[in-house]
Amino acid sequence: MTSLTVLASDTLISANAVDYLIVLLYFAVVLGIGVMARLQVSDSIDFFLSGRSLPAWVTGLAFISANLGAVEIMGMSASGAEFGLPTVHYFWVGAIPAMLFLGVVMMPFYYGSKVRSVPEFMRRRFGTGAHLVNAISFAVAQLLIAGINLFLLGTIIQALLGWDLYVALIVAAVIVLSYITLGGLSAAIYNEVLQFFVIVASLLPLTLLGLHRVGGWDGLTDGITQAANENPDTIPPADQQLNSWPGLPLTGFDSELWSVVGIVFGLGFVLSFGYWTTNFVEVQRAMASDSISSARKTPIIGSFPKMFVPFITILPGMIAAVLVTEVADMKSGETVAGGTGGEVTYNDSLLYLMRDVLPNGLLGLAVAGLLAAFMAGMAANISAFNTVLSYDLWQQYVVKDRPDHYYLVVGRLATVAAAVIAIFTATLASNFSNIMNYLQTLFGFFNAPLFATFILGMFWKRMTATAGWVGLVAGTTSAVLVAFLSEDAFGSWSTGTIPVSGQGAAFVAAGAAFVVDIVLSIIVTLFTRSKDPAELRGLVYSETPRADLVDPKEASYPWYRRTLPLAGVSLVLVIILNVIF
Amino acid sequence: MSDSSPTSASKRRHIAGLLDIRNIIGGLLAVYGVILTLTGIFADPETEKTGDVNANLWAGLALLVAGGGFLLWARLRPVVVPERHDE
Repeated sequence: MTSLTVLASDTLISANAVDYLIVLLYFAVVLGIGVMARLQVSDSIDFFLSGRSLPAWVTGLAFISANLGAVEIMGMSASGAEFGLPTVHYFWVGAIPAMLFLGVVMMPFYYGSKVRSVPEFMRRRFGTGAHLVNAISFAVAQLLIAGINLFLLGTIIQALLGWDLYVALIVAAVIVLSYITLGGLSAAIYNEVLQFFVIVASLLPLTLLGLHRVGGWDGLTDGITQAANENPDTIPPADQQLNSWPGLPLTGFDSELWSVVGIVFGLGFVLSFGYWTTNFVEVQRAMASDSISSARKTPIIGSFPKMFVPFITILPGMIAAVLVTEVADMKSGETVAGGTGGEVTYNDSLLYLMRDVLPNGLLGLAVAGLLAAFMAGMAANISAFNTVLSYDLWQQYVVKDRPDHYYLVVGRLATVAAAVIAIFTATLASNFSNIMNYLQTLFGFFNAPLFATFILGMFWKRMTATAGWVGLVAGTTSAVLVAFLSEDAFGSWSTGTIPVSGQGAAFVAAGAAFVVDIVLSIIVTLFTRSKDPAELRGLVYSETPRADLVDPKEASYPWYRRTLPLAGVSLVLVIILNVIF
Repeated sequence: MSDSSPTSASKRRHIAGLLDIRNIIGGLLAVYGVILTLTGIFADPETEKTGDVNANLWAGLALLVAGGGFLLWARLRPVVVPERHDE
């Protein structure tokens, strides 16, 4: 097995029996969890919210695992290979502050009001208009994203193990489907926690071995500097790749000041708060915990591992760009045949690094870790989808007032339907990859104004129902408009009127959505009638007794089990990380 | 609560043990540890890839320690699951 020429029909890596054994063991355990969780599920709260019984460390790990899917691992290593260290902003600026905010400020409202989903909170605060907008856009987006996750999973199985794409798609969908229909959210969360450890166990050796091969941190910086000096036209200067601030390669801005402003407000504030604090995929994990104190600690405990995920995703990408010939050549501007799609792209960085540094055995573990990550992503999307579909759409608008058991069956059927639709979306993605990218960008815009509406609604009791949906619709529309006027957010459909591109365009669009949403909500509120304050208990800060928002037992815990001290430690750590890098 | 399964809901107690997530994590990591350790001892260490490190052996031992840690944690602080609380 020493052929150096990579033919298109070859698999990227050569797996042997030990590798297959490791991957098969993983699948067996995943299905086993589904079967065992099935023994516990008895009503719909069990199925959709895990019976609100899980400890905070489990939901905390599930919280970040649900997000540690295709986008995170392949995308972040790809971005690490292309831009270097500025990619860490997606974690240290674009995730941690929002996660802490969710735990400290917003979670008491979600958990304390006993709603079963984020759209349900929307309905109780703003009525059906805002609820429908939120529930439908969320449900459709989850189906789409599940399909994209599935497609990426299929292409990786194809590239690594040589299976046919369609066989890979169906096998993966059936496995995810089996454990969610059997065990509901408990099975999804248990698997996410397990997946987290398998992912760490597979990416950590990869990073350490890669770093060892490249000659440590010094060897890595030397390699990046040398490549940047030799190809000044195609590769960003080394000092920009090796320092996280001001992050010019990431934003695509020319001005250092605007780059920092874009990262802090666009990514750090609007985009990330919109995503982490209102995305039901994430919030659902916290809702499954056993007390309001655990619910608040869920995102905060999750922030600790989240802080260090860049070291096993972005760093391997940076190493690959130095160590792996194919990726280094591609980065210097050449077109190299190979990869998962016939031509090497940054997305293939991690796979090539696995091929070059991992012996058989660890290779199998790495494949298991990747498959785990992709299934985690898809399972998270589907389990959030079935909750919103059953509670928020079916029970609310289609068939009301049936016994609990009925909605449990609806949830299971919705799961099956979602998996079938995901297979369909995945095949669509394989034919129209650009359109899928744009659709994903588009759904990203639904999140941006959500945060504005939520935060205003939670703290301003006068805000009216009309203001709720008008703000959402207008905010989303303005984000889409900015994207069309930018240079490339929608590819050739964008007109280029506003000179921003790449991630910078996304930051500006999200910022516009936020401002328009806030301004319009305030104006509309002044001209419409507010809700009766008595209905707003548990939903709005000033109308909720303080005792409803905190766990009475929390004060008796030692400091490391209390919400605020933990959040403080996390914040200090992330500031230290920003200063070092 | 549905009446279709009269035996289950009313007197169910959660059985920790195997269902404890720590046992599942610990078990899987430990089994992976055994497989990788054996691979490290008996198979070609492929040192040209790893840079003269027996990566499988070391990773296997680390996984054994991690897996053992989870199993020990679950053994020392077992989960006492209360009866279902339907509030």
